[in-house]
Amino acid sequence: MQTIELVNLDAIAEARRQIEICNACRYCESYCAVFPAVHSKRAFSDGDIQQLSNLCHNCRGCYYACQYTAPHEFGLNLPKALAEVRQESWESHARPGAIAKIFHRSGTALSLFVVLAAALLVWLIQVAPKSSGEGFYSLMSHNAMVLLFVPAFTLPILLILLSLRGYWQTIGGEPVRWRHVVGAFGSIAKMKNLSGGHGDGCNFEAEDAFSNSRRRYHQATMYGFLLCFAATSVATLMHYGLEMSAPYGIFSLPKLLGIPGGVLLSIGTLGLASLKLKADRELADARVWGGEMAFVLLLFVVSTSGLALYFLRETRLLNELLSLHLGAVLALFLLMPFSKMVHGFFRLAALIRDEQCKA
Amino acid sequence: MVDPRANYDVIVVGGGNAALCAAISAAEAGARTLILEGAPKAYRGGNSRHTRNFRCMHGEPMAVLTDSYGEQEYFEDLMKVTQGNTDEKLAKLAIRSSQECYAWMVEHGVRFQPSLSGTLSLSRTNAFFMGGGKALVNAYYRTAQNLGVDVLYEAHVTHLEREGDRIVSIDVEHQGQQHCLVSKAVVVASGGFQADVDWLADAWGPAAKNFLIRGTPYNRGVVLKDLIGQELESVGDPTQCHAVAIDGRAPKFDGGIVTRLDCVPFSVVVNKEGLRFYDEGEDVWPKRYAIWGRLVAAQPDQVGYVIIDSKSLELFMPSVFPPIKADTLEELAGKLGLPATRLQQTINEFNNACTEGRFHPTELDGLATQGLMPPKSNWARPIDTPPYYGYTLRTGVTFTYLGLKVDESAQVQGRTGPMKNLWAAGEIMAGSILGQGYLAGFGMTIGTVFGRIAGREAARYANN
Ligand SMILES: Cc1cc2nc3c(=O)[nH]c(=O)nc-3n(C[C@H](O)[C@H](O)[C@H](O)COP(=O)(O)OP(=O)(O)OC[C@H]3O[C@@H](n4cnc5c(N)ncnc54)[C@H](O)[C@@H]3O)c2cc1C
Ligand code: HEM
Ligand code: SF4
Ligand code: SF4
Repeated sequence: MQTIELVNLDAIAEARRQIEICNACRYCESYCAVFPAVHSKRAFSDGDIQQLSNLCHNCRGCYYACQYTAPHEFGLNLPKALAEVRQESWESHARPGAIAKIFHRSGTALSLFVVLAAALLVWLIQVAPKSSGEGFYSLMSHNAMVLLFVPAFTLPILLILLSLRGYWQTIGGEPVRWRHVVGAFGSIAKMKNLSGGHGDGCNFEAEDAFSNSRRRYHQATMYGFLLCFAATSVATLMHYGLEMSAPYGIFSLPKLLGIPGGVLLSIGTLGLASLKLKADRELADARVWGGEMAFVLLLFVVSTSGLALYFLRETRLLNELLSLHLGAVLALFLLMPFSKMVHGFFRLAALIRDEQCKA
Repeated sequence: MVDPRANYDVIVVGGGNAALCAAISAAEAGARTLILEGAPKAYRGGNSRHTRNFRCMHGEPMAVLTDSYGEQEYFEDLMKVTQGNTDEKLAKLAIRSSQECYAWMVEHGVRFQPSLSGTLSLSRTNAFFMGGGKALVNAYYRTAQNLGVDVLYEAHVTHLEREGDRIVSIDVEHQGQQHCLVSKAVVVASGGFQADVDWLADAWGPAAKNFLIRGTPYNRGVVLKDLIGQELESVGDPTQCHAVAIDGRAPKFDGGIVTRLDCVPFSVVVNKEGLRFYDEGEDVWPKRYAIWGRLVAAQPDQVGYVIIDSKSLELFMPSVFPPIKADTLEELAGKLGLPATRLQQTINEFNNACTEGRFHPTELDGLATQGLMPPKSNWARPIDTPPYYGYTLRTGVTFTYLGLKVDESAQVQGRTGPMKNLWAAGEIMAGSILGQGYLAGFGMTIGTVFGRIAGREAARYANN
């Protein structure tokens, strides 16, 4: 697996330079998982730096606390240095890497892709077989949807697994035990690394003021997404396993998961986008700001169009809404390996690895 | 924007820990307060931005502090390092008040963390600031600004006009303009004079020009000199400063904590002639690093060279610059600019004087040289396993001892009695308590305790 060479060694060298200063200082020890991991070592391989970069949650606590930020000659900006390595680690482990680079960095490319996917859906809905049932299956049959979305989901997931395997080798990961996974999910469930260590939160949107806004909006986004995903999965199971087909009533499991999920995801992404407008771009990888913003908005489009589909299904807008929603979902799935979506996978891997190192 | 003609109740000179504690306390007591910070915003907070903990008395385990640390033990520790050179009343006031400071600091935004890895020995006595001193300073600026305190950065105070027992105005230079500000009460918290290298040279001789200043370049003692010049009482030895041995490659100013070098006990230290000059293994490093500041200052060109071999490379905390590395001593001498044959000879003599025995890096192991002058009394292992590593050592000044004399209400003393509307806090008055030596974490304790007192008293005066 020739992946390491693709990572920009300048970014790694710069992050290493800063990490070594931190290792002599240690003042930020309790902010997050990065520092204890640093302090347990003296020398940092390229793989170590990539692992640290994926452990970093970009809370920025260590930037505002640092007595060595520019104009000081040591020029510390650890959140940025790690963000650049992290970004490059995702792009370099992705296959094909060139595609990842495009969609990570260009919000325009990502948006165009969504438009194309929606257009594709408009066309598909015209040509695809329809069922006689009510609701949107009258526009496109369930089987047709499954035929489209199952490969559109599983193939990207396969690509992500491949890139994760490359990452795992690069960082020298060991066989995963149950307790590593439990530890990692414990941290994710509360997004501990965005808590600032003291629980006051991170330093994202208002300089050195601590706030839990980003953490809360992220959890709304994450749990909302997972609920929506669960809703869709349950519906598929009900369709094939129990031969109960949509539309489902408001008190059915898919709706009980899907509606709160959609609401959470909409609120969460809107919140994340607005915070992102206020935050200092120079404390992250400024090269991917556009791609990240487009990704947040894509999630917003997915969730709000899904909700709209539910509430406006009896109207004449059904056709357009369905194309938009399915197109956005299709784009989200297809772009999973090539967009910000990989952050969840890489960060999960990094947290699992961190549990291994702690043990 | 701050209006220089506005009427403030209290003006605080300085923008570090002591100044902020004073400003917050004054504002909470209802005073309209202005901070004049000489540094630009990016460098606000003086030496306080480099700190990591404060020394805190406590009767039982308290938050991040383990076990207990009572008044008596704290005071004895202080007596040991100052060799009695302290004002007992003020010292005990600082010690006793340190405990309640903890909760006050948390209320005003400071967060604490357990003692950092590598500093376990301080977990009982010192409470560490999460994120270090700059995070503390940030929290205090936010708190102060929420309380309505105005802050003017890049405001260099050049003179306090004294009339009898009162300060009547403050001269300040801001963005190239001179202003003369008037307030009812004044708190000076502008630190020591260690960044004024010429002043240091007056006291130390020309050698001081080669010293590095570990903290802010903005503490030049302008206000201190101005007030002492107006016949206010001073304390502390004007010729002394606290200095430690740090990495010679550190920047002239503001290198901070990361430039410290903890490898001396495992090394042989020579001067630029390649000769040893002191027992490297006299005691554990935290008790010796201040002595080495002076030792290096006494060597030609005020520089020392630490030589270790690969056996010892991982026995001490990493520091900011990697060591100079070479496969032979000769090559190392070349890279460090030392006379090669002399260095080789010194190391040979040292190696021959080493004895067999148990080596233990974290305690006094008694592994000493025999028949060597000066001896190395602990951790003496031959330097014989390449690659060899070298660091340069220079004198790094932490703070100066000269300060203003204050009483228990932090009021500055004139020849004939207290100044009615002038208080002092922090490094600028610490000489009263720390006549010599240093107790880790005591600087921030003094600043917090006397800053709070000064702010409160100044506001009380202004309110009347
Ligand atoms: C590297 C380093 C690490 C240290 N670590 C610790 C530690 O862990 N614990 C501890 O207790 N102590 C530590 N100390 C000592 C500690 O920094 C001081 O005791 C403490 O910060 C003093 O606080 P202060 O507010 O009096 O002074 P400072 O924090 O130095 O503040 C002085 C302020 O006055 C301003 N100023 C100066 N002149 C003028 C002027 N003419 N006009 C306007 N403003 C002016 C400066 O810009 C600055 O803001 C450390 C010192 C150094 C150098
Ligand atoms: C393993 C679980 C996850 C972890 C550890 C995690 C962590 C993080 C962190 C630390 C950030 C902020 C820093 C950054 O922008 O990179 C972030 C941003 C974000 N995450 Fe997650 N995340 C996870 C899962 C998810 C899921 C499932 C979603 C929803 C699809 C999601 C959506 C987002 C979004 C939209 C952003 C905002 C990006 C931005 O502001 O630019 N995350 N995540
Ligand atoms: S970010 Fe700055 S303050 Fe924090 S550990 Fe690193 S060097 Fe120290
Ligand atoms: S930005 Fe936050 S998460 Fe990243 S290293 Fe700094 S403190 Fe840790």
